[in-house]
Parts: sequence; structure tokens; C-alpha cells
Amino acid sequence: MIGKFQTSAEDAGAEVVEARSPDAALPAIARILNEEGVGLEGRTAVWPDGPLRSRFHPELLAQMLPGLVLEVTRETAAAAHIGITEFDCGAASTGTLVQDASAAALRLASTLPPVHVALLRAGAIVADISAALRRFDPARTPFLALVTGPSRTADIERVLTIGVHGPKRLVIVIYETETGHAR
Amino acid sequence: MPADLRDQVRRALEHPNLSTALTRFSEDYRASRDRAYQGIDFEALRARIAERKAYAAERLDGLAARFAETAAACGAHVVRLHTPAEVCGYILGLARRRGVGLIVKSKSMATEEIHLNAALEKAGIEVCETDLGEWIVQLARQRPSHMVLPAIHLTRDDVAGLFSRVAGERLEPEIPRLVRVARQQLREKFLSAGIGITGANIAVAETGSLVLLTNEGNARLVATLPPVHVAVVGIEKLVERFDDIEPILAALPRSATAQQITSYVSIFTGPAEQADGGRKEMHIILYDHRRIEMSEDPLFCQALQCIRCASCLNVCPVYRLVGGHVFGKVYAGAIGTVLTACIEGWDASRGLEQLCIQCGACRDVCPAKIDLPELILEVRRRAAAVAPQPLAERAAFSILSNRRAFHGLLRAASLAQKPLADGPYLRHLPLWLTDAGKNRRLPALAAAPLRDRFPALRQPRSSRRAAFFAGCLIDFVYPEIGEAVVRVLNRAGIEVVFPDKQTCCGAPAHFSGVPEAAAANAGDNVDAFSDAGFEAVISACPTCTAALQTDAPRVLRETGKPELAARAERLAAKTVDFATYVRRLVEEGSLRLPQATGLPPLTYHDSCHLKRTLHADQPPRELLRSAGYELREMPESDVCCGMGGSYSLKMPDVSSAMLARKLRMIASTEAEGAAMDCPGCLMQIRGGCAAAGSPVSVRHTAEWLASLLDGTD
Repeated sequence: MIGKFQTSAEDAGAEVVEARSPDAALPAIARILNEEGVGLEGRTAVWPDGPLRSRFHPELLAQMLPGLVLEVTRETAAAAHIGITEFDCGAASTGTLVQDASAAALRLASTLPPVHVALLRAGAIVADISAALRRFDPARTPFLALVTGPSRTADIERVLTIGVHGPKRLVIVIYETETGHAR
Repeated sequence: MPADLRDQVRRALEHPNLSTALTRFSEDYRASRDRAYQGIDFEALRARIAERKAYAAERLDGLAARFAETAAACGAHVVRLHTPAEVCGYILGLARRRGVGLIVKSKSMATEEIHLNAALEKAGIEVCETDLGEWIVQLARQRPSHMVLPAIHLTRDDVAGLFSRVAGERLEPEIPRLVRVARQQLREKFLSAGIGITGANIAVAETGSLVLLTNEGNARLVATLPPVHVAVVGIEKLVERFDDIEPILAALPRSATAQQITSYVSIFTGPAEQADGGRKEMHIILYDHRRIEMSEDPLFCQALQCIRCASCLNVCPVYRLVGGHVFGKVYAGAIGTVLTACIEGWDASRGLEQLCIQCGACRDVCPAKIDLPELILEVRRRAAAVAPQPLAERAAFSILSNRRAFHGLLRAASLAQKPLADGPYLRHLPLWLTDAGKNRRLPALAAAPLRDRFPALRQPRSSRRAAFFAGCLIDFVYPEIGEAVVRVLNRAGIEVVFPDKQTCCGAPAHFSGVPEAAAANAGDNVDAFSDAGFEAVISACPTCTAALQTDAPRVLRETGKPELAARAERLAAKTVDFATYVRRLVEEGSLRLPQATGLPPLTYHDSCHLKRTLHADQPPRELLRSAGYELREMPESDVCCGMGGSYSLKMPDVSSAMLARKLRMIASTEAEGAAMDCPGCLMQIRGGCAAAGSPVSVRHTAEWLASLLDGTD
């Protein structure tokens, strides 16, 4: 299932990185931030609270991820170069990420910065969008977001151009939560 | 066709970029759509969508009430409004109460339908479209030319000019740079707007949810950043259950842009948390302008099944030449013709329904299974009832529905044209036909029609007899096609009879929206073929075959002639197209085709009615191949040649542009001959080849086969 998810996500223009454990996700994220120059010349990243973020002590995060801002507001998100958000579910057939984005911080972090790092538990990948949708109760989910690849447009001469309003780059970090989830 | 629409069509055809861009898109679209649907049972999927949307269309009122209840329970303000003025007034009032000076919008057909932007701007409120294409069109002060690709008619140079003005610097026509400029310019608008307006692709009654699909991500920003979110939703977007989202979500991106799924799908159920921690203010306007009336109409309620994918535009051979602007109102293409008539009124269609050539390509791809060609015919019928046809056209149908008068006229014309004829073609065309003869030569009427030549044909006596339905073109213009049919069937031991009282199949009247004349034709033909002594009724014209098989029984029923309709059903059951019948004869062993060698390579043109109404596109190919011809398939072999019966006379410019393209496709195969099964296509394509000086020999499948059987060529 992870393999299928990865192929579909890459077909949609996303990049996929795998980590063997939640702890291993952190260096994987650090590499992306580093690649994008976060921490240098005032470049920042935002990461709203989520199950993975809360595993790590803020001091560890500050040390591992220089330039990371934990308080997500319109201002910090609009100023950030990278937004990191945690997803609830993935749909393998289309490489789609699914998120209860009812908390405003999640939407600010995933829409405003030019780079989006999406965190996904390997065990949360299901077959397709239909299966993913069945995991949510709409009555308790004011904003359910499905994300497949980066922001795109073909509105000028039908030439595919990435990153018109949302992120230009989408990197998905899939992390294993227990042994036995290996591919 | 009103003169203003005709002028607009001409201007569109002369537009330097429009048809090139749209045609290139439609070529790519066919292949990429096929890829996107790979592994998916499209027929099953669209049956599911059609069922769910039809269910909803019959219960719009109830579902709207249910939606209002559930969405309100989630904290949204829901209002049901009926007219454009009410919707504009509501939003204007809200903007004033909140002291809003800037509104950002993501793409919404409903707000275009009510001219919301104009109303807000008039009140001094700045409105900014944020979908890139919509923004471009807004800056250009134009209207979208396509539902999904609003700015497809503009080039990168046009866009660079528009953006340079906004950015205050000269921008090169480099697309990534232009997109970056749009991102910067619009980002400021998102962050400072007081209200965000969206539409919705789906509204779910059971949960009060709205579903929005975008690729750019602008709808997410519109719904997230301003403190107030207003969704303007046409009530035809309602479905009953949350599960009903699934099939629409599977079909809409595939049909619209050939994607498995759009980059973003947002599902809103009540207001979410606001960026400052409070709760967002969310207003949902359920808008039903004329939709309830449509839902009560036995035919047009089907149009409410539309999911706005625009695939009927993408496959339309006319739309890709003329674009969306000639449609005048918000909705373009096949569905636009129907919606404009239903929503704006019968008089608003201004002859738009005449633009359709009835090729049926849209019906095959519609993911909501809407019978668009049939609905457009119904628009023709109702438009004709409101504004009766011109006198000349009415006179024509009154002659057409009287066989003696019609055939008498054709015989007289055959004599009268003599000084004008130049071999098989007309040399000088009378004034009213000059446009029609611009890029093709029109055939002369035959000196003697098939009905006069038939008694002289030497045929074997046989216990197996089939009747031949000639149709006007074979009878009076191409009797040699009829003779070829007879030779092929004779070789299989079938004796062919020609019932003299047969007349026009009724298709011209049917397609012009004159059911009474079509019924008169159908009745005459039922009488002419009432003899039970033949095993089949063969036609070498797919339009005639389709008319006898499906239209005749129906039009007789609908005009209150049940007894004739029952007889028409029996005639329909016996009627078969030439190639299908001959293939049957080959299969049963009655006919052996010679395995000839050294034959000219052919290419095959699919006639609209043979392929999409009769679904008989393979039998002629199989026959030609097994007779020894090499078939070289041309690109878009099933795209209409532009004949469309009287269409080529009513819309000569569009028709000849379609023909020119067909000729290019034929030439690209380097085949020496073109085969087809419709004498109408043959008249168009042969006339086009003659005018262009092309050496390609254009003949009916029956002629290509007969030439092998009797050794003559």
C-alpha cells in the first residue's frame, strides 16, 4: 500500500520520503528544512501542533530544526518558507493526503508557505479516497482537506505551472509507527 | 439563424488564436481523458451519477430544506433565494453591514450567472477573482470562454500585457514568471479581503456539507483567510447523501481536466475555526433561479444532472471552432445551449440551438448521462413554437412532408440544373447556395433517380427478398450507391425490391424541430413498406436507418398516432444498415467476399449516426479488410465532417472549417481512397476533395465492395 501511495503521489508531483520510526521522521524533516535554507537569513518554518510534534520536547525541536516557529498565526504562516502539517490519512490509489483541517493553524501552514511538508503515518494509508472519507464524520469535521500534489494551474496556454496560490513543493514524509509495517 | 449570431460565429472563426488553442486542447483531451479513465468502468460510474443526480433533481425542494436544516445545525447561516437580484442584494447588504471594501472570489458559475461582480462594483466594492484564468479574464474585461479554462482564448502575450499594467512594470511573456506575479498580487488581496465568496461543486443535504474542487488552492485561501465565507450554490448541486460525493469526485476531475483528482478537494461542514481563534462567519445561499421549473419539466429536468465538467465542450467539433463567447451567456457548449434556454428563457437562445450539428459526441462522454443532443432538439422545437420558422423554411417542410410534391420538385430541379451542371457537380450555384459551395463542390442531381432506374436492373429471382430504403440523397443524387447495394446483395442470393411510395426518412424535419412533418414522412414510409414479403429493410444511409429504427415509432406515438406507431415498430425491427446486414450474410455463409490483391489503400470515415446511434462502426471496416483493402486509420476518424444535413447550408462557415480539418486528416494517411457509409458525409467529403483538387477517391463502402464483385472499378 505504501508503494502504491508513493507512486501515485509522485505521479501527482509530490516527493515522498520514508522514515523508519516517528523519531526518524525528525531528521528527515530537518534535511528538507536544511535543503530549503530554513534557519538561514531569517527563513522560517511553521509546524502547528499534532500527534508527532507533541512527541518531541520544544527544546529538541528548536535544536534539530533551526528556524522553526511553533506559534502559527496569519503573520507567522504568511512569513514562513515551509509549512509542516500532520495528516490523518492517505489514499493510495491517487496519492491523496486527507486532513481534518478544522483548526485554522493547519490551513494557514498548509496553504500560505511555498513549501509544504506533509507528515503521514504509514499505518494511516488506505486504498482510496472513498475508504479515506469513511474515516471522518462530517458533522464533527468543519473543514476536511484532501491534498494531492502541489498547487497547479494550466490557465495560461494550458502550460502546467506549479505553485500558483498554494505550495510549489510538496514533500510527504511517511513514517512507520511500529515494526511490521515494513514494505 | 439570426444575423448577429452569424456575425459572431464568423468573427470567432477569424479570431487569431481561439480555434487553434481550442482545437489543440480538444485533440489532447481525447487521449488524456481516456488515460484518466483507464481501469474504470465509465458506464457503471455514470449510471451511478445519473441515478443519484436524477433522484436529487426530482426532490430539489425537499433536499434544499434538508440541507438548510443540517447546515444551520452546524452553525452556517443558510438562505434560499430565488432571483439574481435577491442574491446580489443579500451579499451587498452583508458587505455593508461588515464594512467590507474588498471581496475575494474563487470560481463560481452561479455568481457569473447573476452578474454579482458588476452589482458589487457598482456599489463601490472591489471584487477580485482569484482563479488565475478568471482573474486574467477579469483584468481583460472579458467573459470566460470555457467553463474550466476561462482564459483559453488568450495567449501568454495577452496575459503579459494585462499583468504588466497591474504590476506596474513591463513583464516578458514567460509563463512561470507571470504565475509568480499573480501569486504576489493576489496574496495581498487574500490577506486583506473582508469576505471570501466561493461556489460549490456538490452540496450534501444529509450533512450540510459543501464540496469544492480546485487545482490552484485558491478556494482554500478564499474560505480560510477572510473572516466571512459566503458560498453561492445553485440548488442543482444538491445530492442526498454524503456517499453521493464519491462517484462525482471520481468523474469530475477525470472528465474536466483528465486528472485522477484535483490538487485540492475541500469539504466544508459548517464554519471552521477562524485564524484569530474565533469561529468563522459562514453564509450559504441556496439559489434556485428557474431550477425548480426545470425540475418539473419531464425533459429538461435531466439537465440538472450536470456536474459542470465541460466535457461536452471539449469534444464538440463546433465549440472548438467558435469558442464560448458566441454563446453570449454564462454557459457555453451543449449544456450551455440547454441551460441558457432554460434559465434565460426561450427567446434568449437567439438561435444558439442551431449551432449544434447533432453529431452526438457529447452524449457519449457526459458523466451525468445527459442526452444533450435530444435536449437541444427539444430547445429547437420549443424555440420554433415561440418564434415560428421563417416562411421559406416552413414552406420547405410542407413540401417535404408531401412525397408527390417533393419528388416532383426534385425532378423539375434535375432538369432545371442542366445548364448549370458540370459533369457530376454543379457549375454555378444560385445565390442562396454560394456560401455552401465555397470550399466544396455540390453534386448535380442525377439525370434519372434510382426509383426510375430500378426496374431496369437485372436481378436474379430469389425466395430471399430484401427491401431497399434509398433516402433522398441516394435516390436523387447518388443512385449508383443504390445500384452497388443491389449488386452486393444479389451476389448473396438476395433479390432487392424498391417500394415506390417510400419518401424522405423524416430526419430533416426531426432535426429542425418540426415533428408534424417528420410524422407525415414516417407514416408514408410505414405504408410503403407494409408488404411482409421481405426479410429486411436495408438502408445505405445511417441517418435514414436511425430515423426508421428509433425516430419514426417515437414521433408517431408523440403526435398521437398509436396504430401507425405500432406498425413503425415492426418496420424498425426489420431495418438494418447495409454493412451490418452484409456482415451477417458473410457470417452465415451466403456471401463470400473476394480476397483481392493490389487494391488501393483506404481510410475510413466514421459517420456520426453509424457510430454513435447505430454503434455499427466495425462492420464496414471488417468487410473492407476481409475483401482485401488495407485500412489506414485517420486521426479523429469519428469526428463529424461538418455535413449534418441542412447544417452545412445554415452554417456554411463552421461546416467548411470542419470539412477542411477532415480533409487534412484523410490526407495525413496518404490513403488513395476514403470509405464511408453515409451519402451525406460522402457529398461533403467528395465535394471538398473536388474543390481542393485532391486525388483521393471518395466512395461508399457498398461501392468499394461492389467494384470487386463485378470486376469493374
